[in-house]
Order: sequence, then structure tokens, then C-alpha cells
Amino acid sequence: MRKLSRVFTYLFLTVTGIIMFFPFFWMFMSAFKTSAEVTASPPVWLPSSFSLVNFQLAFQKAPFLRYFLNSIIVMVSSVTVTTVTSILAAFAFSRLRFPGRQTLFTLLLSMMMLPFEMLIITNYRTVIDLGIYDSMWALVLPFTSSIFYTYILKNFFDTVPDSLYWSARIDGSSNWNYLWKVMVPMARPSLTTVILLNALASWNSFMWPMYVIATDTYRTLPWGLQVFTTEAGSNPEQQMAASTVVVLPMIILFLFARKYIVGGVARGGLKG
Amino acid sequence: MRVVLDHVTKKFDDFTAVSEFSATLEDGELVCLLGPSGCGKSTLLNMLSGILPPTGGQIFFDKDNVTNMPPEKRGVGLVFQNYALYPHMTVLDNICFPLETQHVPKPERIERANEIAKLVHVDTLMQRRPGELSGGQQQRVAIARALVKNPRLLLLDEPLSNLDARLRLEMREEIRRIQQRTKVTAVFVTHDQEEALAISDRVILMKAGVVQQNDLPQRLYDEPCNQFVANFLGNPPINNIPGTVHGHLFFADGTDEGISLPLFQNIADGKRVNLSIRAEAFIPEENGPIPAHVERVFTMGKEELAIMTLGDTEFRAYIDTEVGLVNGQNTRLNVRRRGVFVFDLESGAKLA
Ligand SMILES: Nc1ncnc2c1ncn2[C@@H]1O[C@H](COP(=O)(O)OP(=O)(O)OP(=O)(O)O)[C@@H](O)[C@H]1O
Ligand SMILES: [Mg+2]
Repeated sequence: MRKLSRVFTYLFLTVTGIIMFFPFFWMFMSAFKTSAEVTASPPVWLPSSFSLVNFQLAFQKAPFLRYFLNSIIVMVSSVTVTTVTSILAAFAFSRLRFPGRQTLFTLLLSMMMLPFEMLIITNYRTVIDLGIYDSMWALVLPFTSSIFYTYILKNFFDTVPDSLYWSARIDGSSNWNYLWKVMVPMARPSLTTVILLNALASWNSFMWPMYVIATDTYRTLPWGLQVFTTEAGSNPEQQMAASTVVVLPMIILFLFARKYIVGGVARGGLKG
Repeated sequence: MRVVLDHVTKKFDDFTAVSEFSATLEDGELVCLLGPSGCGKSTLLNMLSGILPPTGGQIFFDKDNVTNMPPEKRGVGLVFQNYALYPHMTVLDNICFPLETQHVPKPERIERANEIAKLVHVDTLMQRRPGELSGGQQQRVAIARALVKNPRLLLLDEPLSNLDARLRLEMREEIRRIQQRTKVTAVFVTHDQEEALAISDRVILMKAGVVQQNDLPQRLYDEPCNQFVANFLGNPPINNIPGTVHGHLFFADGTDEGISLPLFQNIADGKRVNLSIRAEAFIPEENGPIPAHVERVFTMGKEELAIMTLGDTEFRAYIDTEVGLVNGQNTRLNVRRRGVFVFDLESGAKLA
């Protein structure tokens, strides 16, 4: 009986795995196909040659390098700032004692229920009012703090024994010094998770840039890709080449760091 | 440094963890705080280190009133029960940490860390992380970290409780050696009486947040000031024989033969008391005042441990093997001057 259920488990996982993997496989292969191969019926599985001509054409038609740079700038700055603010907030909630601490934290957690889509309109108005529509600021500013990442880090900070804190205080350490010298180095696995998840989210962000960016100068990769797709609608092989450029960095990142992503989410999500 | 605690009290809401604690720790003394679990030992230590603010009373370090001084200003070293080493740092970095926060220049930091590491015998482990050390080694690193900044006061909260029996014995001698070498005033918390008596210059025995006796280790054993102290110290525990005093004679419960001992001279008629006798304080004597029935005898080398009864009460006595006690026999005993007390059965106060 147990053996049979094992077989089914693996069968199920294999099938799901193939279903998940297939679109990426198809995208990657199509990126190298000729126009005729892509539209052939019945479909052609493998390209006749692995030439980079589709990539060349795509890069000629749209400023993908610009998009790529924008994506990097947005990702690095928002991840850096979010990480710092999350660390500070998590430390305050986990360690410092101030009136209303528990109430405030519960309030923040309940705000996690709000889907981002609901906030788009208010954030959009704010961006207009601040006069930063269609600028790098509009891409970064709304993503400089995160309740979810604060929550993950606080959960980790809560597991650090009190005695470490008091030991440091007795040894002359301030809260600030303790946070950066002891807490943060100890939280490295959780921090890695938070940074990776955040980087992934930032890189893939599509809807928000679409609302607040109108010109090529500040377009990020996913939004740029969308624009390109509309323009190059008749060349699916070039679309696939462009998509590959968008997705590949994150796939590589994920392969290297999946241990941290999975572990950290399980740790942060199950405790407390 | 001399430490004075003046009626120090700590209340958690309406629960009093430490009540009106007054004591003086002389410079260079090692004082043990002894008491059963939950009697407020850690709470008192935390008030000395500044982790917890007292709710009443005052604490002085020499002339300074430190009652409300934050921990980082007090210049104390604290060794936690779980050592609280920083797991991501090497032994060297752990020991250097207190110096780093004081902005001691790096070469001097390392020199002082190495010096203290030699004293506690961890100088060969400097590049390891705490996870790669045994319990005893971790403990010594924790002591080194507490000592490296030359604290005015060293506090140790049950530092040996995680170690196995042999290592405990070794480490307590080690701690004594280090303390005497550095001449630092030290407070050592434990609930192990043997540890307390072996290591300290003075023992403060607590119960439910209240000091019971503050004395030299030997006097605590020889002259307990109440029933609790007498019961707490000694292995096997002291024998308590309840009974009533009539006409300066002691009638153990379940007997009608009065026992005449000088101790009962000044005790009022009809008083309910405990006659408390340490197991080693009995002497077999043909016409001794105490009639006893021998239940069982266990030979333990040169002495025998005899389980005897007097009236309704069972007690233990160490008796010389030469006496040749036999199971089931009736015998008579006398007592030595040391190790015999009379306590009020209700209040536990010492009567004689
Ligand atoms: N933060 C707190 N809030 C309420 N009560 C507390 C708090 N800390 C300690 N207590 C209570 O105060 C009493 C003394 O605690 P303390 O930790 O000082 O005991 P202890 O003598 O160190 O015991 P042990 O030998 O088990 O470590 C205990 O009854 C404990 O429950
Ligand atoms: Mg304790």
C-alpha cells in the first residue's frame, strides 16, 4: 500500500513538473527557431540551428539594454532600502518595548491581507501628487518597506535568546551595535531569503511600472517586453528571444539559491 | 569592589520575587547565592547586572549608587546559565567583543584576549566557533569574555548546571582558581549545596525571595538558623523527629519514654518541636538517652548507614561498623554536641 502511494506521489510530481517546465522549454527553444519553424504545423520541437539572430533582431527593435539597466537599478535600490527598513522594523517589534507595540504589529499584519492591486489607485494618486510620475522615483519609492519581510525577520529575531541581548548590553553594546554586530550576522539565512524573494518580486514586477511609466527611458524589462510584444506581434520567435532575456537571470538566481528561498519561507511562515 | 545591597526588592505585578534583600559583598569575596529553584536567585543577579530594575531598595558599588544605572555602564561581567556566546563569531571575536564596544585598539584587544584565554585554558581554541566546543570549553570562553574587560564584579548564574558530574567538579575548582587569581568580587548562583559549600567564601541561602542565612559555608551547616536551612544542607538530609516537650523531657511522637538532653532545658512545657539530628551526630552508647529500633543496616566501608525508628519516626544514622548492629535489634544512642538542634515545629524557628 505504502509503496503504491509512493509511486502515485512520484507520478504526480513528475507530471506537474513537466507541466511547469514545458512553457520555459518551449520559450527557450522557440527563441532559436526561424519564423517558419515557429509557425509550422504540426509544431517543430527543436530549432534547426542555435543561432542568436532572433536576439539580435529583438535588441535592434527595442532598447532592451536600457530596460535591463532600469530593472537592475530599480531592483538593487528597492531591495537595499527594503532590507534595511525591514531589519529596523523587525528589531523594534522583536526587541524594543514601547507602548502599543503589539497593537501596531497586529495592525500591520492585518494590512498584509490587502492585495497590492487594491493599493494601485491610491499609490498612483500619491505618485502624481508628488510629481514623480514617469520617473525612476515612481518605480522605487512605493517599494521601500515590506510588512511581509519584516514579519519573516521578526520571526527569526524572536528565536534569538534574550541572554544574547543582555550579554551584549552588559558588555557595553548599544541596541544599534547589537543589531548590526550580532542579530544581523546571525540572521544571514533569513536575510538571504528575504533579499532573494524581494529581488524576484522586483524583477518580475509588471503592473505597477505599466501604470506609472510612459516612456522608454524608464521602462523595466517586463513592461518593455510587453510593449515590444505588441509592436513585434508578427514575430513570435523574437518575442521568445526577448522573453528569454527577461526570465533567464531569475532562473539562474533561483537555481543557485532555491535552498534559501524554500527554507526561509517555510521557517518564516510556519512559526509564530 | 565592595557591593552593598540595601533592602533590595523586586515585585512582578503583585508577586514578590525578591524581598528586602540586604547584604554586603566584601572586596575580592566569592559569595554563593544558594536556594531552591524559583527562590529569586537569577532575579537578584539580574538586578546586580542592571538587566532588571529593582522595585525597591538600593544597590551600591563602592560609593556609587548604581540602582538605576543601565547595564552597559556598570562594568560587570555576567556568565549566563546557557553561556550566551555569539554563535557566528570565533572564540577570539567572542572574547574581544566587550573590548570592541569600548573601542580598545585592535592589537591591544587581541593581546588581552589571548592573555585571558590562557588563564582559562582556551588559548588553543581561538579560531573555533562556539558550536565546535564542548560544554566545559564554552563555559570557559564565557568566563573569559566576562573577565576580559576587568569587571568590577563577576556574576555567574548556575554556570555549571549544563555539565556532567565530573566536569562540574573540575570546573568549580577552576572557577575558584581564576577568581582567586584575578581577585574579582564574584557572585555565584547555584541550587547545589555541595557546590556552594565547596567554592565560596560565604553563602547566602534564600527561600522564596527572602534571605534565610548569610554566613560562612561551614557555619551554615553547623549552625543553621532555622529549620529550612537545616533541611536544605546536608546529605543525607538531616533527621527531623517531631514530638512534644514535657518537664524538659522530649517525647517523640509514638513513644512514652521521655528523652533527656541538655537542649530541652529552656523549652516551655507542651511545646511541639522537631528534634533535628544529622546522621553523623549519633553515638551508640549503652545507657544513652535515645531508645531506637534498628530496621536495616547498610555497610558503607568503615561506617554503616543504619535506618532506625524512634516512635513513629524513621531516621538514618552513621554508626561505626565495630558496634556490629543487627537488623531488628533494639539499641540506645547518644548524640554529639555538633549537629543536633531543636526547632519549633510550626514556625521552624530555632529553639536550641
Ligand atoms: N518576568 C517575570 N515575571 C513574573 N514573574 C517572574 C519573572 N521572572 C521571574 N519571575 C518569578 O520570580 C521567581 C524567581 O525567579 P528566578 O528566576 O529569580 O528564580 P531562580 O532562583 O533563579 O530559580 P532557578 O534556580 O530555577 O533558576 C520565580 O517564581 C519566577 O516565576
Ligand atoms: Mg535562575
